[in-house]
Amino acid sequence: MASSYLTVPARRHPENGQGQSNDSRSRRFKPAAQLTLLRYLQDLQDAEVPPSPVQPRFHTGRMPNSKDGDDKPRLLLMGQKRSGKSSISSVVFHKLPPSETLYIETTTRIKKDSMHSFMDFQIWDFPGQVDFANAANLFDVDSIFNEIGALIWVIDAQDDYFDAIARLNATILNLQTTYPNINVEVFVHKVDGLSEDYKSDLFRDIIQRVQDDLSDNGYENAPVSFYQTSIYDHSIFEAFSKVIQKLIPQLPTLEALLNSLCANCRIQKAYLFDVLSKIYIATDTSPTDMASYEICSDYIDVIVDISEIYGWDRPEEEDSGGESGNQDAESLIRLEKKGNNYLYLREINKYLALICLMSEDSPAEKKALIDYNVGVFQEAMKQVFPR
Amino acid sequence: MSTLNSSKRQKQRKVLLMGKSGAGKSSMRSIVFSNYVAKDVRRLGATIDVEHSNIKFMGNLMLNLWDCGGQDGFMENYLHHQREHVFGSVAVLIFVFDIESREFQADVINYANIVSALEECSPGAKIFCLIHKMDLVQTKLRQPLFEERAEYIRAASESFRDSVDFFPTSIWDQTLYKAWTQIIYFLIPNASTIETLLQQLAEVIDARELILYERTTCLMVTHVTRGIEAQNPFTDRFERISSILKTHKQSIAKHTGIPAGSANFAEMQIKTGRFMFFITRLTENTNLAASIPPSEQGFNAARINILLARQKFAELDIATKARPGIQEVFTRSAEADGTMGNETVTGSGLQAGKGKGAEYGAGLSGTMTA
Repeated sequence: MASSYLTVPARRHPENGQGQSNDSRSRRFKPAAQLTLLRYLQDLQDAEVPPSPVQPRFHTGRMPNSKDGDDKPRLLLMGQKRSGKSSISSVVFHKLPPSETLYIETTTRIKKDSMHSFMDFQIWDFPGQVDFANAANLFDVDSIFNEIGALIWVIDAQDDYFDAIARLNATILNLQTTYPNINVEVFVHKVDGLSEDYKSDLFRDIIQRVQDDLSDNGYENAPVSFYQTSIYDHSIFEAFSKVIQKLIPQLPTLEALLNSLCANCRIQKAYLFDVLSKIYIATDTSPTDMASYEICSDYIDVIVDISEIYGWDRPEEEDSGGESGNQDAESLIRLEKKGNNYLYLREINKYLALICLMSEDSPAEKKALIDYNVGVFQEAMKQVFPR
Repeated sequence: MSTLNSSKRQKQRKVLLMGKSGAGKSSMRSIVFSNYVAKDVRRLGATIDVEHSNIKFMGNLMLNLWDCGGQDGFMENYLHHQREHVFGSVAVLIFVFDIESREFQADVINYANIVSALEECSPGAKIFCLIHKMDLVQTKLRQPLFEERAEYIRAASESFRDSVDFFPTSIWDQTLYKAWTQIIYFLIPNASTIETLLQQLAEVIDARELILYERTTCLMVTHVTRGIEAQNPFTDRFERISSILKTHKQSIAKHTGIPAGSANFAEMQIKTGRFMFFITRLTENTNLAASIPPSEQGFNAARINILLARQKFAELDIATKARPGIQEVFTRSAEADGTMGNETVTGSGLQAGKGKGAEYGAGLSGTMTA
């Protein structure tokens, strides 16, 4: 016991100095807003933003050319009709089971959804039939594209994609002059039904065609990224994670914080999850693989489900003499096989949870150390996201 | 029933799983006992003749499950050539009805034949009827349709008319676990002993709820609920927890490459401001899930107390530890339905455990604040 206490300050210092430059950090401990994971579930019902007196300052992800508006970065979902835009937004942001998306009706007008989360953003789901960028006389293009965070273009991989690419390129070229800073994210969607080989060939072909076409029109090095997605596995969430990460100005800070946390606690992989949408907003810079993302995402499900069952409002909240439990939910799972395989979760603030994967060489006895270091991390997070 | 096999060290309980071909017997078995994911069951072929499986549960219960192929040819065979062999010494018959079946009348006639064979060979058996594939029925029609079918089947149950139990099930939700939990509970010979012991444990650690479940199937063996937790609005929470844990087990298996059968966690903890919850291993093949009030100290004490109580529960697993003396005690107690002597022994054991645990907890908190 004593030895582990001795190591704590020694390990804390690099964390303190490296990740955070403010030495004047306040030492008083402010309990985070008391909440349980249950509350996330309540938020899920009405994703509309309650009016908040605090103006979000750090995390608008606003582009320099944006005008004053409602301060929310937008994600525009565009693409050919029947490419799966509405399915994507239902699955990712409304937790619709993928099998139910068959029954979604055609979108006929722009559907706007607000996400009230660690960072507020809007998702605009566009009907595929109308070409908004070129129909400037019909639509107020400015009001659509200003304050945009990212343009997500969905291409159906199981369908003929030449038209989709042509329209995508027309849109990019159109926007290039007025809004050169827009991130264009191309989702090569519905790849679940394709064989591994065919999938990668197709993916390469699409990238090639888009880039060739753009450079033919004199637009070199366009800011376009490509992802293979499917709503039937976790790939859509992972793609969204990467899209959102680009909109977070503090991403380098978060990554540095996570890196030093991992180094000091010998954590294999750490993710900072938005619990509601199960998008991760940051991870340490070690290589990511799908499996570790999926395991963390499923882990959140378990905790949210169990919290729902046992977090109900008890009639009289019997306080046992002032002693109460954790302010922030915390959880760990230790697996029986493969040595000490560890999963660790800690609620960071109202929306975010830190999940760490640990392997054999981060032994159980050091849990106090990990707890402490995560506490330090949490303090740092409060400074990064002051809300 | 317990006196029937009490000479044997281990109670082999024969369970017949029957029903029309394609009703979903093997799918059900694969999901509950072999860690299949619901969508994987379409790969299963037809069952030829009878597939046996043995599943060990806590409290010296060994399930001997006979998954009987449902095609007419096999049915004939069971009813005539193998009548004694199949229907003799059966503890439970699980009959699966397909709600979508076009020949419900024929199914019931089949059922009636089997019931009369059962009546002849093992009159003490218990029948559970599962009305399966309920997910295919519209939500609002489910309950009335289920009741209608159940009444009809009950009328054909002859001497089992009053004892037969009905469950609506579907492999796509937790109703499957609900039905199987009831079946397992019926089969456990010393359920009352286990419950008494659990109740004592719950009092000692001040738990809101304790759930004892089998590790591989995640089926609940029994549970103890105390105080206001009885008002928990989620009355289906036990099967939900089974389902959650099972899903998680599959996720772990998928992403770590461990076979699903052995992807058990040694421990799981969830601590929040409203409750604390943990799952830990209790005996060879059971885990204990405990929900306790939010208190770090209580949490640590509870963990240690459960550690100390393990020994006591392990003694119930006569199958794994042959201790003639203890076995005698328990058979006697089972006959007398929990005699005083036995209770006081276990009680004092746990009390001693509590003392140590509380001390440990206090010690911990001391060092924390220092």
